[in-house]
Amino acid sequence: MRRLFALALFALTSPAAADEVSTYRLDNGMDVVVIEDHRAPVVVHMLWYRVGSADEPVGASGVAHFLEHLLFKATDQLESGEFSATVAANGGSDNAFTSHDYTAYFQRVVSDRLELMMQMESNRMNNLAITEADIETERNVVLEERNQRTENNPGALAREQFIAAQYQNHRYGVPIIGWKHEMEDLSLQDALDFYDLYYSPNNAILVVAGDVQPDDVHALAQQYYGVIPAEANLPDRIRPQEPPQRAERRITYVDPRVSQPYLTRSYLAPERDSGAQKEAAALVYLADLLGGSPFTSTLGQALQFDTQTAVYTGAGYGGRSLDDTTFGITVAPSDGVSLSEAEAAMDAAIAEFLAADIDPARIDSIRIQLRASEIYAKDNVQGLARRYGAALTQGLTVEDVQAWPQVLQEVTEDDIKTVAASVLKRDQAVTGWVVATQEDAQ
Amino acid sequence: MIRIILGLALILWSGAASAIEIKELTSDGGINVWVVEEPAIPFVALEIRIRGGTSLDAPEKRGATNLMMALIEEGSGDMSAQEFQTKRESLAASFSFAAYDDTMSISARFLTENSDEALALLRQALTQPRFDQDAIDRVRAQVLSGIASDAKNPNRIAGAYFDSAGFGDHPYGTSADGTASSVNALTQADMFEAHSRTITRDRMFVSVVGDITADQVGPMLDTLLGELPAQGAGMPPHVDFALGGGVTVIDYETPQSVALFGHSGIKRDDPDYFAAYILNEILGGSGRESRLMHEVREKRGLTYGISSFIVPKLHAELVMGQVASGNDTIAEAIEVTRAVWTDLAENGVSQGELDEIKTYLTGAYPLRFDGNAEIAGIMVGMQMIGLPTSYINTRNDELAAVTLEQVNAMAKRLLKPDALRFVVVGQPVGLESTD
Repeated sequence: MRRLFALALFALTSPAAADEVSTYRLDNGMDVVVIEDHRAPVVVHMLWYRVGSADEPVGASGVAHFLEHLLFKATDQLESGEFSATVAANGGSDNAFTSHDYTAYFQRVVSDRLELMMQMESNRMNNLAITEADIETERNVVLEERNQRTENNPGALAREQFIAAQYQNHRYGVPIIGWKHEMEDLSLQDALDFYDLYYSPNNAILVVAGDVQPDDVHALAQQYYGVIPAEANLPDRIRPQEPPQRAERRITYVDPRVSQPYLTRSYLAPERDSGAQKEAAALVYLADLLGGSPFTSTLGQALQFDTQTAVYTGAGYGGRSLDDTTFGITVAPSDGVSLSEAEAAMDAAIAEFLAADIDPARIDSIRIQLRASEIYAKDNVQGLARRYGAALTQGLTVEDVQAWPQVLQEVTEDDIKTVAASVLKRDQAVTGWVVATQEDAQ
Repeated sequence: MIRIILGLALILWSGAASAIEIKELTSDGGINVWVVEEPAIPFVALEIRIRGGTSLDAPEKRGATNLMMALIEEGSGDMSAQEFQTKRESLAASFSFAAYDDTMSISARFLTENSDEALALLRQALTQPRFDQDAIDRVRAQVLSGIASDAKNPNRIAGAYFDSAGFGDHPYGTSADGTASSVNALTQADMFEAHSRTITRDRMFVSVVGDITADQVGPMLDTLLGELPAQGAGMPPHVDFALGGGVTVIDYETPQSVALFGHSGIKRDDPDYFAAYILNEILGGSGRESRLMHEVREKRGLTYGISSFIVPKLHAELVMGQVASGNDTIAEAIEVTRAVWTDLAENGVSQGELDEIKTYLTGAYPLRFDGNAEIAGIMVGMQMIGLPTSYINTRNDELAAVTLEQVNAMAKRLLKPDALRFVVVGQPVGLESTD
């Protein structure tokens, strides 16, 4: 019955709304993506730069994120804080975010305010007027942000250590927010050097989503962004790559603020590549099969139901990444179970998974859920906008984004078994234990 | 404390956009529901809220409602937890069950094409929970792990003190999760008891948005909810916030101190509630432009974020805020916060500030209505505070009509600098408990 049902679902629902997405490239090299959703008179205006923390110069970690904060200060036309105040005065909200691979700015407003957003966002692409006083105050703000996100959070401090161990050559090993000692020394010049080079139209992607007409958006984009000259010295985006890992790495992070001990296993894994997303699609299934739901996944069943080894199990895979990504597993042992016992149980469950056939009903169920998630995703146009913006900064194309749901549908058991065998190897993994005391790490 | 903040978010959601047509109807079985037909995407969002929540825990059974709600998806009818979840996944439906201080919350999202099966499964979960002993033991271990983690989380430590000192023996005074000993003592019978006290048809609010017609909704809800008990447990009494002004420092070794602050507040049905809402937006509301953000973050770089919020709970009212700053700088952050509070109470806001915040709030209002799930959440929130569907069209006018005199009178009435209590967890420099 379940197979028949899967086929029915296939026929009844339309594919991803590719026909509602328009793309355009301005003469200066800036890409424009328009996603239409006319249900509400709202638009999301997002400007994505193909630069993130992994593009930072050595010694200036955190500068990408620091600069993101500074873009809310003064420009030649706007007072410090005026950008956000203007958005608010128009009933909108705005913010920005930085990752390893991108920096993005967005506003959400009534759709007839789109032009004002473009006017201001295009202005701050090249005309920032920050001062030494801005640097000092805002550096304290980002240090407090690091305090809040990381220094006060033992799990975040542990994760920072594990990622640093995972990436020994690639800049993914450096935290996005920066190492504290380098953040303390970030200067006006560090920020401006980064800004002058990377904030340019040929390094940017405009995503506009909501109640708009593509032709209108293109005309406005041409008017405001099209006149900004391309950066001739924009470097090719070639970053030091991770060499093959040949030995298992293990770390124990001890912090008295830890209450629930846990372990993580993180394997280096391939990401979605343009025109070649099949392996990544199989890894999506693998994560779900191993640790997607505590009730139905391999680890959940083995460690939480068949035995009471763990209070939590989970697996995750983030396929959207410019360079090699990771496949991660987390296990939090039950009271009275040691981390070594929990890890042994986890490895036994993984070994059993690799040796056995996969229940076809489980694969069908994941396939159905992925299909349905495309329907649910249409309810959130900002989510769709993020999907395109992130992908285009991470080496994928609009075509890759639109092909992805179908690539996911076509994953087979063989694909999953093949990728599982190549990824789930301890000699290309970091195993981290997080405990309150050394005694807990026995 | 996070629970209080969540409760607030629900209540402040009370709004809607002009283009939305809400149908208000009562099923044959007597369930009131608001419906928006939106056939563009083939799925339905359903929101159910039941007033009462974890505050209805029976005496000596603290944590029962929380544990019970976590068990709703862990086996029902003839299905074990795993069978239930396997079935739900095969339908690609999502259900979420949450217990808050004053409210039980049930959210569902399901595809049009298998809505009958999805609803039958949800009905089974709500009306025929099994509370199998192995499920109780498994989820109890998860709750106990969370309780232990809260004891080492600075924000949770601050919140627990704030609640305990402020509300004493009232259910608001203790964590809805319960304590290790109260949770360890809970039995299967306690789960059935908690279910019959809290998952009931009285005090129930429902909204439905999506690919469904209004005609279908009444019979759907009667089938889904008709078998639930008619009446839940009695509500706890109103309680006054008992913690007076001052500073409480709780020593905890961590680099950044967190501070929770507040005093008594205002009821949601107060005739001047809009003035209080506007006042709080200027003080420390959601925008980046609030006075607290400006003084503590933008001008001095003392924090990444500071906010204030009005918390009109069912049985108590608070004005609260939170800030985090390094141990060396938290004393200054608190001093500036107190100064902002005092200045606003004494001198009020300017006409320019009021005009700006009104422009923002009235402009932002229609932007909230941009998805089926959002609209369903907003509508059920409106129902819970007794607002009519017409509020969507009158809300901005009501807000715009609030005068400078009203806001400044509210500032004098609501903000009490001498009553402000700061609970600080960390190792703050230059800051000591006042009592």
